[in-house]
Amino acid sequence: MKNFFKKFYLGIILVFLYVPIVVLICQSFNAGKSRAKWEGFSFRWYGELFQNASIMNALWVTVSIAVIATIIATVLGTLAAIGIYSMKKRPQAVMMTITNLPNTMPDIVTGISLMLLFIFAKVDRGYFTMVLAHITFDVPYVVLSVMPKLKQMNKHTCEAALDLGATPGYALTHVIVPECRQGIVTGALLAFTLSLDDFTISYFTTSPLVQNLSTLIYSATKLGISPVYYALSSLMFVVLLVLLLIVNRRTAETKA
Amino acid sequence: MYNVSLPWWSYALMGAGLVVFLGLLTLSVKRNHGVKRSLFASPYILWMILFTLLPCVLIAYYALTDGSGQLTLDNFRAFWDSNHIMRENMRAVAGDEVAATIPRGSVNVDTLVYSLWMAFLCTAISLLLGYPAALFMADRHMKLGSTLVVLFIIPMWMNFLLRTIAWMSLLEDNGLINAFLEWIGVGKVQLMYNQGAVLLGMVYNFLPFMVFPIYTSLSKMDPKLGEAAMDLGCNEAKTLLKVTIPLSVPGIISGITMVFMPSVTTFFIPRVLGGGSTQMFGDLIETTFLTAGDWNLGSALSLIMMVLILISLSILRKADPNGEGGGIA
Amino acid sequence: MKKIVAFLLCAALLLPVCAFAQEVVNVFNWEDYIDESVLQDFEAETGIHVNYMRFTTNEDMLVQVEANPGAFDVVFPSEYCVERLTNKGLLAEINFDNIPNFQNIKESLKNPSYDEGNAHSVPYQWGTLGILYNTELVDAEDVKTWSVLWNEKYKGQVLMMNSIRDAMGIALKMQGYGMNSTDYTQLRAAADLLIQQKQSGMVKAYGLDEFKDKMVAGEAALAVVYSGDAEYAVELSDKLAYCVPDEGSNVWVDCAVIPAAAKNKENAEKFINYLCSPEVAVRNCEAIGYCCPNEAAIELMGEEYASNPVMNPSDETVANCEYFNDLDATWLTVYNTLWQEVLNARQGN
Repeated sequence: MKNFFKKFYLGIILVFLYVPIVVLICQSFNAGKSRAKWEGFSFRWYGELFQNASIMNALWVTVSIAVIATIIATVLGTLAAIGIYSMKKRPQAVMMTITNLPNTMPDIVTGISLMLLFIFAKVDRGYFTMVLAHITFDVPYVVLSVMPKLKQMNKHTCEAALDLGATPGYALTHVIVPECRQGIVTGALLAFTLSLDDFTISYFTTSPLVQNLSTLIYSATKLGISPVYYALSSLMFVVLLVLLLIVNRRTAETKA
Repeated sequence: MYNVSLPWWSYALMGAGLVVFLGLLTLSVKRNHGVKRSLFASPYILWMILFTLLPCVLIAYYALTDGSGQLTLDNFRAFWDSNHIMRENMRAVAGDEVAATIPRGSVNVDTLVYSLWMAFLCTAISLLLGYPAALFMADRHMKLGSTLVVLFIIPMWMNFLLRTIAWMSLLEDNGLINAFLEWIGVGKVQLMYNQGAVLLGMVYNFLPFMVFPIYTSLSKMDPKLGEAAMDLGCNEAKTLLKVTIPLSVPGIISGITMVFMPSVTTFFIPRVLGGGSTQMFGDLIETTFLTAGDWNLGSALSLIMMVLILISLSILRKADPNGEGGGIA
Repeated sequence: MKKIVAFLLCAALLLPVCAFAQEVVNVFNWEDYIDESVLQDFEAETGIHVNYMRFTTNEDMLVQVEANPGAFDVVFPSEYCVERLTNKGLLAEINFDNIPNFQNIKESLKNPSYDEGNAHSVPYQWGTLGILYNTELVDAEDVKTWSVLWNEKYKGQVLMMNSIRDAMGIALKMQGYGMNSTDYTQLRAAADLLIQQKQSGMVKAYGLDEFKDKMVAGEAALAVVYSGDAEYAVELSDKLAYCVPDEGSNVWVDCAVIPAAAKNKENAEKFINYLCSPEVAVRNCEAIGYCCPNEAAIELMGEEYASNPVMNPSDETVANCEYFNDLDATWLTVYNTLWQEVLNARQGN
């Protein structure tokens, strides 16, 4: 009985989280343009989606930026975590505060401050500036995910490797990095997700010339949004879901 | 496809940056004995100085200057008295008499207070809804934990703007909820364009950020502690109050931070679900920058926002000195 | 893995370089403001690639054009922004030798007050500001005056425009003042009127172009819209009608201009000339439903266009309306500040 109540409560919360998404996916199959009326089942919007050059372009911008930013942020963040971990206590504390700073800054302030920086440096805002901005907000998350894994690591493992004749580079790639692999993967996934979904910071750090999906959708909402966007996000949703299932399957297999 | 045009010296700067960056990197990998390994962090430090600290300094600079670069406190004056600049303009154009009729404008302060209040409500509701959810998720007898975490993350993959718009189809006068209400004979209710709708949108978007940290700290807790309390005669309610909740304080604090902060600066949600009639501080900053084009005032508003958040965070940190709450991860 | 990383990095670095290969024209136009197939046809005919970007308010556009001056070759500001951009020296003089189709433009729209001498702008679309209403819920007599937006009969049924000049303009007109007022007392009175409208719960929401869909869906009884949005909505729902109140309203002209910093000026002129050819003007007009400034195109469209009161307002209606003038920074601050006060007012206090 008690378990039933718990499950029921969790069920309600999940329904709350999923209802809008189900609605969105249903609407992507609506033949008509109106949100209010169901005019029959159709793949019309999926067809139009692939014809729509600005959406396809925005999709490319979004995904390529997410990939580039994730890779750079992961490398930068992992190295930083290792570096910060081996610092003395005082500088370590300072570094952790600075790392936490962007997390505590509201997105809108981060976005605006970066916009001011780019304008100040007379760099035209666009693809390049958006990449820089995404790396900037991704890196601290990587550092914060790798850090705990380093703390869990046995301090002497690395020293042992060095004593046994491993070069420092070898020790890094064969001892430290494998030890905190899980943290690196988490950080990279987090960075990728954040970069994919970011709106506010992209909005301020790009020009209308280079739009990612979020900024494109934002300008479309001022108009009354076309169901093409529902089709797009349903599709992305399903793709990510399938990817997740594959990854889960593989980790389950390696464990077994 | 992309029209990139930079002044020549920015390429030189970038090139120099890259060289320094790579130099530091090879240097640190080559000689990473003991303490020297801390050099690994140098590219990151460089990056943070360039893209986090420098921009903050720039905000402060703009906030403390006027359009012509003169040092001034007018922008903070204008925060307190939103009619300040207008009054000064009128004094110059229409004379003191007209200027005298303009009272102190409270738009900026009111908006800030309103945003703080909405953020407080949003955080409180998220906590009330999220704590039980996290508690049940962490319940070992149910063996649901990791699956549920994934289930909570998945909705966040749908674009945030579209998720909010989806609520519109539910809440509209001719939307699904009203269609349902009409069908069961209750009749139509106006659900959109009010404070409740904005709050709903906020809670919907930020709830997962409350659940994850609490779940993390609850699942790290030793289950034997609860069992021990029960053995020593506590009933379930008392165990919850005296053992479980106190032990999950770091998670709660981390959750509060992660919900409160973005909700103070929400923009977009009030515009879509609130019909633009309830403006929040995020909207104000955005319109000041992009519609009114007043970067100095906009920077001052951002700075005030940032300081307020840092203060409230440091108060929260007092309650969780080790920062054990952690993030989503 | 390493190879993939290296490849992606190289790809990222090379991307901007590939961009310079083709002739381009960077167009910055209003959201939903062209028949998109026109762009493809232009590309096919001239081999010039069109980078098409969109904005939703004049103010957003101004900020972008000032912040990224070299990014755009053709921009479509409204008349008062043409004036402002000209005054700031941000516009290039157009070489009309490259735009022979300019002769098709209505005489009455040439050499306008906002661009004396007509050196910088070519009219693209024009129209009025008015009220779109649901004939089943609203008495057509009521809509003859702006005060319908304050009429208790339609409490909570009004969609107001979230645009400073338009909203303030309505309140000014209603009290018999000009839409370009620079008199603090008048402006204060207008703002008070808007605040009272909001506090008494008349307004359902503030917004922009999305209203046309809301009106079609029957979400409100009255909305303040531009005539083109009205045409779109009236076409989709026979319950809707459009009216320009008798007090007069705003008549506006959106123009094609070329920024002084444009990198592809000749391509921009080719593009503008293309838009001014009668066949293309007809296609655009039919796609977006605003008033057509192109005499030759109007002839092509014939009776159907001439008899449509939304697209072809009577001369009386137009005579009653005024252009927005550009305001200087002083008065802009006043409009901005007062409008913020309206937005910040809470219902019921």
